[in-house]
Order: sequence, then structure tokens, then C-alpha cells
Amino acid sequence: MIKFKLNGRDVSVDVPEDTPLLWALRDDLDQTGTKFGCGVGQCGACTVLVGGRATRSCITPISSIEGADVTTIEGLHPEGKHPVQEAWKDIQVPQCGYCQSGQIMQAVSLLKDYPDPTDEQIDGVMGGSLCRCMTYVRIRKAIKKAAAAMQKEEASHG
Amino acid sequence: MIKRLLAGVAAAGVLGGLGFLYYAWYPPIAPIERPNPASFSAEQIERGRIVAAEGYCAECHTRTDNGGGPELAGDYRMDTPFGAIYSSNITPDVEMGIGAWSEEAFRRAMHLGVSRKGVHLIPAFPYDHFTKMTDQDISDLYAYIMTRPAVHMSRRPNELPFPLSLRILQAGWKLLYLRPGVYKPDPRHDALWNRGAYLAEGNAHCGACHTPRDLMGAEKKGSAYEGAVVDNWIAPALNEHNPTPTTWTEDELFQYLRFGVAPLHGPAGGPMSPVPHRFLSTVPEEDVHAIAHYFADVDHAAEREKNDKAALARAMEESKTDLIGPNVDPDAKLYQGACAACHYNAAPTPVLGRPDLALNNALWLDEPTNLYQVMLRGLTAEEGQSGVAMPSFYNALSDKDMARIAAYLRRTRTTLPPWTNLEKKAAEVRKTVQPVPVNSSH
Repeated sequence: MIKFKLNGRDVSVDVPEDTPLLWALRDDLDQTGTKFGCGVGQCGACTVLVGGRATRSCITPISSIEGADVTTIEGLHPEGKHPVQEAWKDIQVPQCGYCQSGQIMQAVSLLKDYPDPTDEQIDGVMGGSLCRCMTYVRIRKAIKKAAAAMQKEEASHG
Repeated sequence: MIKRLLAGVAAAGVLGGLGFLYYAWYPPIAPIERPNPASFSAEQIERGRIVAAEGYCAECHTRTDNGGGPELAGDYRMDTPFGAIYSSNITPDVEMGIGAWSEEAFRRAMHLGVSRKGVHLIPAFPYDHFTKMTDQDISDLYAYIMTRPAVHMSRRPNELPFPLSLRILQAGWKLLYLRPGVYKPDPRHDALWNRGAYLAEGNAHCGACHTPRDLMGAEKKGSAYEGAVVDNWIAPALNEHNPTPTTWTEDELFQYLRFGVAPLHGPAGGPMSPVPHRFLSTVPEEDVHAIAHYFADVDHAAEREKNDKAALARAMEESKTDLIGPNVDPDAKLYQGACAACHYNAAPTPVLGRPDLALNNALWLDEPTNLYQVMLRGLTAEEGQSGVAMPSFYNALSDKDMARIAAYLRRTRTTLPPWTNLEKKAAEVRKTVQPVPVNSSH
């Protein structure tokens, strides 16, 4: 039995230790927002946050996140209104949409490290998140919009 | 004349042999009833807990294979160049553990490497370090051990071939290598340094992994902290020959030893991981400061750290090599897909949780061993930086892929000559890692 925290709740799953976190999330915990892309950590579609850091869930054995704090796309905001999600909708980023939950989770982690990211920083961090529809220009635009919104929010709180 | 000479040689031989037997022979110490746990004060037991943590007793006295075992009950498998050996049960079980050992017998084992019954202990038990411990620390440790739950469990027999299995030979080893005696403070240094040296050289036995060993399995004299291979990982040099571009300063050492991650060096992985997480995070902070203070002197941090600023700036510049813009080489592309999302950094300094590989020990060692180990195993949330995990690339990257990433990093992130035979070495390290079964078909 592996215990960890998922989107703020304590959960436990009874699966073999080598089960990828992705399968536990989708099949055992019904969090299907996270997608299976390449299965070898090369496309970013399965990205979730572990301890606040973007992590490829398809190659992360469930045993290695015992006790950790996991956030999926479902846990970002109760109504799906995280600034990155809002920017995604405003700019109409997705085309087929398959990669977007991974893209969004990676972007959230990027903005934590680089709250006002340059193009170079966006490329450096987002370069491992692939989009078959080539929406990269809009992804970059949405990240900048979310960054501005988050900084405005920060300023009004602070 | 020749007869007399021969007789003389024979007599000298007999005398030498007798002398050796006299040297080698230790009397058994009478068994005792298991001490009543209530006979030790809570304060002494707590002091003993700290001594046990600073010596990592539970690490080598708790089975990890075969599903693990109860703490301190032994049967931990150690693969030595001479054959596999299994550690002793040191819980206070009278039959299987050391419950019948008086404090005198316990102290003799710690200081001289002799069991209660007078048998020489194998120096995998690092009594060459523990001999430096004070009687008070050993007494406190005894109180802690004797108040642990007794576990009635035996260990597997050692797999040492004859004649290495003859314990009398250990006495010869001691004659050559053991210098008994409690640590003597060095008057040229202050109390903090001496506290650090006492812990590092004695109880914490850092040299057991970080000092290379000779053919007899003893730590090489004159090579203290030069680094060594342990359990298929490289235990890096802790002296001025440590190759990382920024210095292991007192603060970096403290962060690493206390929390398992040094901001400008990276996380503690592999066999080092339990040292901070299981042990040194549970002891008084000033002891960890003392060890850090001592090693900052051992590695001459004060003389070397003037170059750190330039090294850091260079590393930040290299962190983006070939990742930005359209002209990327295929190795960089592979790195970008697999690694850069987490390992890319922008100036001026790496983000905690984004270990920068240009600064990381693993890239600057003579062999790619540690880099490969971490790529294959990943890091659990309990290792390295707490609560954060690195995936296992065991199934994601072939030996060839790993070799390409290693070559690319060495070429772009260090100033050192390229590693050789990278693909073959990837296969070799892979053999030492427990296979992660492909479970993606669920």
C-alpha cells in the first residue's frame, strides 16, 4: 500500500511498487486529466507536480513518491481557474488538446521558478513538452499572459 | 654453526608465533543477564540515540534485501572484494544479539574489534574508526542499544572463502592497520574543528567510504578522502581533489549533510542518501556544523572559493547550451526531451529543485558511474531533496541514449576530457541496478 497526498487529500493505492504514477492516477484514483503520451519521459504529456516540481509521471515508479505531495491538473484550482488555465482559454491555445494538461503543469512550475520568464527561459523549461499541433507560439503567449496576471494578483495582495 | 643458526631461526619463529598468538588472543568476557532497560536514564538513552545516528549503526545492521528486516537485527548483505558478508544482530536479544554483552565487552568490540567471546571481528565493522570514540560516547551508545527491542533473528553465514574465513587472520590485519586509541584533540585547531574531526574520523567513519582501500581492504595511508568506489557508486574525494567547479564550502557541506541537498552541488543520492535523511537530520545541528566545518578545512575551501563566482557564472551560461534557437545537435535534442525541463537554469544562480548539471559532482568525476546510477534509478521523494522525485529512466533510455546524453553533458558542461567507452559503461552500471519491469501495458 503506497500512501501519498493527491491534490491536498491523503490517498493510498494498492498496486505493485513499480507501477508508474500515471497509471495509479488514471486507473486507481480516477484522475484522467493527466495523459499518456510517449511512455518514456520524452514528450511531457504526463507531467504532474511532485512536491511542486514538474515530474513525468509515466516513468516515475509509484514507490518513489511515497509520502510526497502530488498535484494533477484537477487539483490546480477547484473551478479550473488557475491563471495559467485562464490564459489558456483566453488565447485558445489547444488545438487537439491532448498535451495541454502536461503543458499547463509544466508552465505552472516554470512560473514558480521564473515569474517573469524570457523567451529563452520558456524554451529552456518547456522544450521537453511536445505539441503535435505546433501550438508553440500560442503556448508562449499564454505563459506570458498568465505571468502578467499572476504578478498583478501578487501586487494587489501584497 | 649452521645447526645453531637453524636452531636460532626456529626459536625466533616459535617465539614470534607465540608472540603473535599472545597478541591475537583475547579472553572471553563472561555473559551477563540482559541489562534492565529501566537501569538507564532517559538522558543517557537520548545521548546514545544521537551517537547511534552519527555512526549510522542502523544502516549496516538492518537487512535491506529479502524484503528488509527489523532495525538493528543485522543480516545486512555487504559485497566485499573477498566475498559477501552479513552484519551481526546488535539488538539486545541474548541469544542472537548482544544482550549478554557487558558494557566492557561492548567497549572492547568498539575499540579493538573483538567480540564478547574473544573472536576477532571483520573490519567491515569499522572499529579502526570507532577506536577513536570516547568511553562516554560508547557508554551512551550501549544504553541506547540495550533499550531497543530484542529481535530473535539470526544472520546468514558469511561467504568468505578459506583461509579468509579464519578469524585469527584478522589479528594480523589489526597488527598492520589498527592504531587503537581515543581521538586526541589537535591543539592547533579550535573546539568546533576538533568536534568535527572527532566525529568524522571516529563515529561517523567517513573514510570508510571516501578513502580508497588497499588489497588487504584497509584504508590507504596517505590517501585519506581521495574518493573510492563503493556499492557501484563513486564516493567522491572529500579533500582538495574533489573536482566540482564550485567549492564545498562549510555552508554547502552543512546543507548537504543536514537536508540532503547542496544548492550549488546537488542532492545526496545512492548510499549517501540515508546519511542526511535518516541520520544527520536527527542529531544536534551543531554536530553537523562541526563536521561541515572540518571538511571545509580538509578540502581547503578558504583558498579555493575565490573562483566560485566565475565558476557559477560559467555554469549558468552552459546550462542553456544548444537548447535555445534552431541549431541544435541531436544529442542536445535528446537531453532537452528527457532532462532539460527540470535541469535547465537561468542566471544568476540555480533554482533549488533544479539541480544544475554543470555544477554537479557526477559530471566532473573520472567516470560516468554516478550520472548513470541516477539516470537509471531516479531519486525517490525520500532521497536527495525531500518531497521531490526524479523519474527512473531505466526503461526510457537505452545504453546508447544514456551514452549520448553523458557525452553531450561532459562536452558542453565541463572543461574535462571526454569519458570513454560510454555505452559499455552504461550497460555495466545497468547490470548493478535492479531492473524496473516495464509496467506500461497495465
